[in-house]
Amino acid sequence: MPDDNAPLTEAASEKIRCDACPVMCYIADGNTGACDRYANHGGELVRLDPLTVIQGGAQAVAFLDQGENAQDWDGDVIQGNRTFVTAVGAGTTYPDYKPAPFIVSQQVEGVDMVTVVTEGIFSYCGVKVKIDTDRHIGHERAIVRVDGEAIGHVMTAEYGSKMLSLGGVEHLTGGSKKEGRVTCDALMRLCNREAVEMQIDEGVTIVVQAGQAPIINGVPEKLMRVGCGSATIGMFAKQWHGHVDEVVVVDDHITGVLSEHEAGKGLDMRPSGIKVKGRKSTPGRYFQVADPGTGWGGTNVEDPLTILKPADPKVAWPGLRLLMISTTGEQWAYYILDDNLIPQPADITPSLLATAERIAENCEPSLCSVLFMGGAGGSLRAGVTENPVRLTRSVKDALTYVSCGGAEAYVWPGGGITVMADVMDMPTNSFGYVPTPALVAPIEFTLRLADYAALGGHVDHVKPVEDVLTPAIRKVLPNISQPDPHDPQNYRWRPDRKGRR
Amino acid sequence: MGPQAALLPDGRLHLHHGPIDLVIMAEGQGEATRTAYRAARDRFATVLAELVPELPLLRSPLGAAPQGRIARRMHHACTSVAQGDFITPMAAVAGSVADTVLAAMLTATPLTRAHVNNGGDIALHLAPGATTRAAIAGLDGQISGHITLHAGDGIGGIATSGQGGRSLSLGIASSVTVLAPNAATADAAATLIANAVDLPDHPAITRQPARDLHPDSDLGQRLVVTHVGPLSADDIRTALSQGAARAQRLIDAGTIAAAALVLQGQGLMVGTFTDRATAQTERSLEHA
Repeated sequence: MPDDNAPLTEAASEKIRCDACPVMCYIADGNTGACDRYANHGGELVRLDPLTVIQGGAQAVAFLDQGENAQDWDGDVIQGNRTFVTAVGAGTTYPDYKPAPFIVSQQVEGVDMVTVVTEGIFSYCGVKVKIDTDRHIGHERAIVRVDGEAIGHVMTAEYGSKMLSLGGVEHLTGGSKKEGRVTCDALMRLCNREAVEMQIDEGVTIVVQAGQAPIINGVPEKLMRVGCGSATIGMFAKQWHGHVDEVVVVDDHITGVLSEHEAGKGLDMRPSGIKVKGRKSTPGRYFQVADPGTGWGGTNVEDPLTILKPADPKVAWPGLRLLMISTTGEQWAYYILDDNLIPQPADITPSLLATAERIAENCEPSLCSVLFMGGAGGSLRAGVTENPVRLTRSVKDALTYVSCGGAEAYVWPGGGITVMADVMDMPTNSFGYVPTPALVAPIEFTLRLADYAALGGHVDHVKPVEDVLTPAIRKVLPNISQPDPHDPQNYRWRPDRKGRR
Repeated sequence: MGPQAALLPDGRLHLHHGPIDLVIMAEGQGEATRTAYRAARDRFATVLAELVPELPLLRSPLGAAPQGRIARRMHHACTSVAQGDFITPMAAVAGSVADTVLAAMLTATPLTRAHVNNGGDIALHLAPGATTRAAIAGLDGQISGHITLHAGDGIGGIATSGQGGRSLSLGIASSVTVLAPNAATADAAATLIANAVDLPDHPAITRQPARDLHPDSDLGQRLVVTHVGPLSADDIRTALSQGAARAQRLIDAGTIAAAALVLQGQGLMVGTFTDRATAQTERSLEHA
């Protein structure tokens, strides 16, 4: 996310548009924008005072090296001389060649803040993936594979979404060498917001990419259903009433039949005699009208008529108008019963078409969400303090704030420091790996200098932030959707602290 | 990046958003400073968002009145100083933002002294009996003069324009500093007076269309001064007197109180500028 806030450049253009702030200056080559902070250097937008005044927020700086550096790992938890980088508060530095309008030293309401930035080597780590789709991707507990190697499994589905649990120590180090390597690579790519293609045993081939729609068997998913078939009937019954004699909302979970449904009865709808397959739950609500699949409403239905039983000749009538529609409104078909009570395709009326579009409108875009989850082990914590358990207590006591690449991390209750963070809130390419195999992820502990000393922190290694901010580091802008790790509101010692967690 | 706020080590408040940097001081009884800073921060949060939608209008020569509260302040200030000259409401943007934030602080709490410094364009508040001293810095960083302002002087704005500033100028003044009832007026007036300090067609002066430098500039294709070579004493006097005449028209109209013009080390004061402490004493004696 922070990288996405960075100003964009227009390719091969002499003038570039800066989107660092709402003014959106056009900047000619060799000049600066209205702020004098961003400039056009040969068509590239550069920040002239890259390390300055991020007053509202911490400086989220990715210290992670990748590529060749990642290979340098020598077996230590902590790489080479990059023991861990500590920073006092966050501050400003003189820009490279042009003074910023103001030099601001960042003290947070008079409190010296220490951020311990460490490359966490996580063998106990993985990702939880939420895939917004009603399509059947595989049974619960089915194995998820990449290149034939098991990297995780399908877990409990959530409303409108399928869930995967990927990685974890069993796949990283518990299986074959190849399984570990493939798992680690898949996790890293998912966390770095790249697309990963997976095969689910007895299920689909799916491409997952954080922040993007899933691609299931080659077809990009578009929408999340607004509700199950029965719920859809309830929501749209009034809009259908008078325009159609029967509506069947096809859904893998609960298929709804309007005239039988409580909502249709409430409108005094005449029973239609249209019968659907499957197991009746309550009037107008049917389970298992078809098998799960990637067709209509998460079923394997391609032709909706296949879920209908012959209409009841005592009740149905020639000319009966029947709408069949999926829970996302993406698929629909309109029929009129002929003299033999067989549904014949007919031209849909504009008012019915409008309801189909209304259903689609009410569906949210389908996305894949990737949450990194990992546990800070004893050795990682030892990089922070001589007495690792004190760091755990300090986190639980809300004296220490945990973030991942500047993104707020949810810290699980109970023992240890087990965290979850949305990779979309972290700088791009925040993750690396070591050949163990294990994932390398950024994790920061931010706390008061005094608290750091009290928990046995390596205070003799504390450096002023300027010493850390060399020209070689990568700079990212703060992510406005994330809390500032330095915000006193995060800490117990702030008297007017809001309830958090 | 959204609006940001930070307390500077010396207790002043720094607000920043995009091209706007405000350094704010507020003094008062008890919690007044905190209350004022909170009010300033809250008011500042939407300042840029209020201005941006009307930027095309604000960058156009003075015409139809804009809608936004800050934009209207800009428009009003420019109308009051234009006197027929070319000006766009953007000439008063810095001062208008400073005035707006100062007003928000004073609405929230009484203050004995306060100022909002928007990159050299300063909105100032002095409660009865309070005084403040301001220093004018030359381009070389040397302090070129001090002024003391008192409550009751009717000075609520100090603004400086010229070659040293961030904005482009049509004139050659090193700096023009204006004292006026509010920062918006001071800002716009300083721009016009600095534009008037000029030597048309002088070979030592290089100019470029504003849009070549800043494609969004409100000055359009007008030639802005990009370099001023060494000028003779006569030239300097001539240019300064042009500016002084422009300043005098504004003083005569009662729009501004005073202006100090500097060009290549030579200065000229118009209105009651020099040592206002002395002036105050003399006035007090007159009334005695």
